[in-house]
Amino acid sequence: MTGTHLGMPAFPPFPDAAREAVRDGVLRANLRHATHTIRGKRARAVAELADWERLRAAGKAVKDHTLRHLDRYLLQLEASVTAAGGTVHWAADADEANRIVTDLVLATGESEVVKVKSMATQETGLNEALEAAGIAAYETDLAELIVQLGHDRPSHILVPAIHRNRREIRDIFRSEMGGWGRPAPEDLGDDPRELAEAARLHLREKFLRAKVAVSGANFVVAETGTMVVLESEGNGRMCLTLPDTLISVVGIEKVVPTFRDLEVFLQTLPRSSTAERMNPYTTMWTGTHEGDGPSAFHLVLLDNGRTDTLADATGRQALRCIRCSACLNVCPVYERAGGHAYGSVYPGPIGAVLSPQLRGTAGAVDASLPYASTLCGACYEVCPVAIDIPEILLHLRERVVQGGPVTREGVRVRLRPAHGHTAERAAMRAARLLLDHPGALRAGERLLARARRLRPRRLPGPGRAWTDTRELPDIPAEPFRDWWLRERGNRP
Amino acid sequence: MRAALFVTCVNDALYPRTGIAVVRLLERLGVQVDFPAAQSCCGQPQYNTGYRHEAEPLLRRTAAAFAGYDHVVTPSGSCAAMIREHYPRMGRRAAEEGRGGGLAELAQDLVPRVHELTEFLVDVLGVTDVGAYFPHTVTYHPSCHGLRSLGLGERPRRLLAAVKGLELVELPGADECCGFGGTFSVRNPDVSAAMGTDKTAAARATGAEVLCGADNSCLAHLGGILRRAGDPMRTLHLAEILAATEEDPLEEDLLEEDPLP
Repeated sequence: MTGTHLGMPAFPPFPDAAREAVRDGVLRANLRHATHTIRGKRARAVAELADWERLRAAGKAVKDHTLRHLDRYLLQLEASVTAAGGTVHWAADADEANRIVTDLVLATGESEVVKVKSMATQETGLNEALEAAGIAAYETDLAELIVQLGHDRPSHILVPAIHRNRREIRDIFRSEMGGWGRPAPEDLGDDPRELAEAARLHLREKFLRAKVAVSGANFVVAETGTMVVLESEGNGRMCLTLPDTLISVVGIEKVVPTFRDLEVFLQTLPRSSTAERMNPYTTMWTGTHEGDGPSAFHLVLLDNGRTDTLADATGRQALRCIRCSACLNVCPVYERAGGHAYGSVYPGPIGAVLSPQLRGTAGAVDASLPYASTLCGACYEVCPVAIDIPEILLHLRERVVQGGPVTREGVRVRLRPAHGHTAERAAMRAARLLLDHPGALRAGERLLARARRLRPRRLPGPGRAWTDTRELPDIPAEPFRDWWLRERGNRP
Repeated sequence: MRAALFVTCVNDALYPRTGIAVVRLLERLGVQVDFPAAQSCCGQPQYNTGYRHEAEPLLRRTAAAFAGYDHVVTPSGSCAAMIREHYPRMGRRAAEEGRGGGLAELAQDLVPRVHELTEFLVDVLGVTDVGAYFPHTVTYHPSCHGLRSLGLGERPRRLLAAVKGLELVELPGADECCGFGGTFSVRNPDVSAAMGTDKTAAARATGAEVLCGADNSCLAHLGGILRRAGDPMRTLHLAEILAATEEDPLEEDLLEEDPLP
C-alpha cells in the first residue's frame, strides 16, 4: 500500500513528540496564550447568534448531503467551471496533484509563483515539488511566510506559526528575509505593527512581479463553478487578482451544491475560526473574464484518500470539516503538545481523526493519533459542522487494536490488529475475565486490600508512566462489596 | 422508592467510602438502596481503548445485574456516560456485524433507568438541599463526561451550594479537562501530567481546602499530583460531602493524611 502523502516525512509516535513539546517552556507559554485568547473570543462571537445550533445543524446537513452525492456534484462542478472558462484537472493523490501543478507552471515559462494560504498544497507538499522542478513558491500569508522563512513546519490550521512569539518572528525576519527578497529593516522591533509592515514591503514586490499564483479554496460551488477563498490579510486577494495564471488545488470535499449554501458557512466559519462576525476578505471568482483578473484558471481536484474515507460510515463525517480550527483552539491536549506532535499538516483533534484515515494507520504516528485525546469532548462541542470527533477517535482506536474493514484505494480490505499491542490486549482480556467473574474479582480485591501496606512510590513496567508524576491512591482496608455484606448483607 | 447502586469497579476496589457515602445519603433521603452483587465494570476501559469486543460481555453482565430496577444510581459521570452514550452504539455495531445476541435490546432497556448521582438527586428525588453539613471551603471540578456527555450543568454546584457551612469557590477554567482520560494517563503521561498540574494549580489558586469532583478516577489523577507535590489540598468525592451531617460528620481523618493501621 502506498501511503497517502500529507506533506510530512516519517514522524515519531505522538507521545514521544508530545513529551518534547511539554518540556519546552517557551512553546507551552506561546500556545497557552494564543489558544486561551481565541477560545474566549470564539465563545463570545458564537453566543451572539440566537440560531447558532440551527446554523450548525444546517452546515452539517449541507455537507452530509453533498458528500452522499459527491459524484454528481463534482461532475456538475467540472461542467460549470469549464463553461465559465476554467480548466478542471483530477488528481488521485498528492504526487499527481503536484505533477499537474508543476507542469502548468512550467508551461507558462515562469520560475516563481506566489501562494495563497492553502491546506491542500501543504498536504501534498507542493512547495517542495515545485522547488525540485526549479520553481520558487513564495508563501504570502503572514503566518505561512514566518513558517517558510524559518525553515519550519506549520503547527496550526489557521495560524501556522502559532508556536512562535513576537520576538522569535522578529529574529526570523531579520536573519532570513534578505535571502528571499527585500530584507527586513536593520532596527526591526517586535511590535506587531512593525512586523506586519516589514512583511508587507517584502511581499509587495512579489505580488507585483508574479505571473502565476497557486491557491486552495474554502468552498467551491457546483451550480455556478464559483471558487471562494476567505482570508484576513488581503494577501490572498492580491494573488487571486494580479497574476495572469491562477491554479487552485482543492480537496473534493470542499464542494457545496448551490451559491445559497454559502449563506450558512459564511456565518459559521469566521465566528469559529477568527471569532469575527464577518470575514474581512472574501474573494469569489468564476472561471475567467476578459480584462478582469487572471486570464487562465485551473482547478485541480484532489482526492488523496478522501474517497476511501468517504467509504467509512463512522469516519466519513471528518470530511465535513471546513478547516476553521476551533477544535484545536479548545483542545487541552493540543495546547500542551503543540501542532508538530501530530506529524501532519492537520494537527489537533481534526488531525487525529483525519490523518489516520487519509494516510492509513500503518505508520507509527498514525497508529498513535487516535489515542492523542482524553475524549473530553470539547472539540465536538465547538465544531461548526458537528463532527463527533470522540466517536471517530474510538472507531479508529478499534481499527488499530482490533483490526477491521477499511477501504484503501477503492478496495475493501480487512486490517489485522496493529503490532505492539500484544501485552495490552492480554491485559484487557485478563481484566475482562476477572471483571466478568465476581468471585474472582472479590478474591482479587481482597488480595489487593491485604497488600495495602505495600503502596509503592514507583511502579515497574507500564505502571511507571503513572508513578513518575503521580502518587498511587491508597488501597482501602476492604472493598465496598465487603462493607455492604457486613453492614447490609443481612437484609432480605 | 427503591434504587440499585451501581458503585463502579474503581469505587468498589479503591474508593469504598464513596459507595458508603451514597448508601448513607440515599437512605437518609428515604430511598431503599440495593447492591446487586453480580455487578462489576461497565466496560469503559476496554471500550475506550478500542477493545469493543472485550467490553460486550460486561454490557451483558451490567444489564443482567440491574434488570428489574426502575432506578440505577451511580456516583460516576463517566460510567453513566459509557452506558448512556456507548451501550446503544455497541448494541448497534454488534447487530451490524451479525454478533448481536440481543445487546441492542439490553442497552435500550437499561439506558433510561441509569442516573448519575446528581441527576438522581435533583431530577428524580427533586432535592437540592440534602441536609448536609460540611464546614470547609470547596472548589468543584466538573469532569468532562458529566459536563459534556451527560449535561449535568449546574446540578453538582447547586447541591454543594446548599450544604450548610460549605463555602463554594469558583474554579477558573473549570470546564477544561484534568488530563486523566483513562488509559490516556499512561499512554500519554507527559501531556496528562501537564494538564493535571495546570488543573491542580488552578484549584490551589482558589484557596479552597477541598477539590471536589464527581468522578473518582479524575480525582485519583489530581490527588496523585497534589500528593506528589506535598500539597495539603484534599480531593473528595461529592457524595462524601453530601453524606456528611452535623450528627454524622465526615470522619476528620478524610481531611488528614489517611493513616494506615
